[in-house]
Amino acid sequence: MSIIVQNMTKRFGRTEVLRGIDLTIESGELVALLGPSGSGKTTLLKIIAGLEWPDAGRLQVEGADWLQLAAQDRRIGFVFQHYALFPHMTVRDNIAFGLTVRPRAERPGKAVIDAKVDELLEFLQIAPLGERYPLQLSGGQRQRVALGRALAIQPTVLLLDEPFGALDAAVRRDLRQWLRGVHDATGSTTIFVTHDQEEAFELADRVVVMGEGRIEQIGHADQIVDHPASPFVARFMGATIELPVTLTAGRAEGEGLDLSHLPRRALPDGPATLFLRPADVTPVPTANGRWRICRLTSTGSLLRVDLDEGGTPGFSVDLPRRAPQARALTVGTRVNLAPEAGALFSTVAERSSPARGDTTQPLKEHSA
Amino acid sequence: MTDVAAPIRRKRVLPGFTLSLGTTLLYLTLIILIPVLALVLKGAEIGPERFLRIITSPRTLAALKITVTAAAVATLFNALYGLLMAWVLVRYEFPGKRLLDALMDIPFALPTAVAGLALTALFSANGWFGSVLESAGISVVYTIWGIIIAMTFTSIPFVVRTVQPVLEDLDPTLEQAAVTLGARPWTIFTRIVFPAILPAFLAGSTIAFARSLGEFGAVVFIAGNKPNETEIASLLAFIRLEEYDYAGAAAIALVLLIMALTLLLISNLIQIWSARHREPR
Repeated sequence: MSIIVQNMTKRFGRTEVLRGIDLTIESGELVALLGPSGSGKTTLLKIIAGLEWPDAGRLQVEGADWLQLAAQDRRIGFVFQHYALFPHMTVRDNIAFGLTVRPRAERPGKAVIDAKVDELLEFLQIAPLGERYPLQLSGGQRQRVALGRALAIQPTVLLLDEPFGALDAAVRRDLRQWLRGVHDATGSTTIFVTHDQEEAFELADRVVVMGEGRIEQIGHADQIVDHPASPFVARFMGATIELPVTLTAGRAEGEGLDLSHLPRRALPDGPATLFLRPADVTPVPTANGRWRICRLTSTGSLLRVDLDEGGTPGFSVDLPRRAPQARALTVGTRVNLAPEAGALFSTVAERSSPARGDTTQPLKEHSA
Repeated sequence: MTDVAAPIRRKRVLPGFTLSLGTTLLYLTLIILIPVLALVLKGAEIGPERFLRIITSPRTLAALKITVTAAAVATLFNALYGLLMAWVLVRYEFPGKRLLDALMDIPFALPTAVAGLALTALFSANGWFGSVLESAGISVVYTIWGIIIAMTFTSIPFVVRTVQPVLEDLDPTLEQAAVTLGARPWTIFTRIVFPAILPAFLAGSTIAFARSLGEFGAVVFIAGNKPNETEIASLLAFIRLEEYDYAGAAAIALVLLIMALTLLLISNLIQIWSARHREPR
């Protein structure tokens, strides 16, 4: 089922939660809504589910106007972060719920429902748990039951709100693979919300990055990491280092920086900000280098290098501990930096969009 | 250096367990257990034959019947009304909600005799309600309806106050999940919400019933207290006491006690049953 969201806005009191969302999702696609808390991703999901209503905008699914349709009539499967299983019903009754509440005329017979539940229990690999109550299950098992309950009604669209958020890391990885399998097997259109980049990139066909009620960027991992559409996306993708540079004819220059690896950018001359991920930066020992190594920490595979600049604490960069460059680094060494990759944005008032990357009015650089 | 390790004493996290439990038990024994025990012993003194004779006498039977009937009707009414009231107080926002919430406690705070007087004044033949009802041919004061109204008034808060917190704590995503699965509002109520509040609802209803069985102050003003017609059991016990018929009073009181305890037992069993899904495997 293709889903088209057009110019959707929503506010809670004075807070704008969605500020004009346009999004098209193809039939059979698996899409992740990725963003920090408060970015509006869950609200968008709930509007598609019919659990919230937008203030303005359109929502069309397979040509039908879903804003005219109550949640009960949308036939969606919704999976909640904290499972929302009915505690007084057994696993079987939970899974069968969506079938047993249908109007008498449409309700399948008891034998049909039983067979369907058996099939789902088998499919979800929880066959022995049918007679248990939700509180007697582990988190991972509960989430499987919750998905089974959603799948039982053969949903046109499957929506998952931080489905693995409450689970520990190992179970989460396990369920991720499994969910991808479920999606491929059922062929449903699936949207899930997450704040975990790794989860979004590993699982989804396309990732929609949201921030403060807007869609910041849509793409897959490499596109979003290598070419963030805005400083927001760059920061959200882990570019914790921000350095002021000067652009001349598309080339960036900055004190103590070897930027020869960065491609030329079609940005106007003037002040700009370079966004770097700690892993994309190599410290190069240089006499009178701009930074001084003040601390080295090893995590076994990575070496974390803490830098300071003229006595003020700066930032840290990561490199593989066994990399040749790592050998020359000791506390007190002066270094310059050679980034392998980075994102450049002209220094403008960031949030005053629409012109985000391409500058209109350069402001003062934010450091001397 | 010595090799003998001192025995390890387990320390409780909270100090004062012995003292606080001791005080609690002593208090419970003095205030509740001994009086109840005294009543049972007093009843046992009478001997089974005399006991049966007392409680099967027409006047006692009539009093017990009236009491139980009125308490049952009052409880039924309060169970439904209390559920509705708790629902309204939890689920909707409206002006004056806090005031309404506070009003709920008035029957608890008001001396029951005051409640009885007020109700009698309202429902008597020339009172506000009474005059209207009287012209419609319904008399409340000095009938079983008066008893029911008095019992209803004094036990209103029980169901509201037990259901309200449970309803407040009910996870809203349960109902959202049911909606996405296609359930209509009434189905959601009967299959999701009601089972969740059932234990609290039963507990509240049971306490309301037990309270109504023993209600005295509010009832005696409005009931008229005609033997065999509008005389409640606790009043009859009081009358027996006035007549220095301790055995008669104790026998009636014992019956009330047994009824109340049986109710509590049943309610607890239902609560255990409805919490069965909480037990780990």
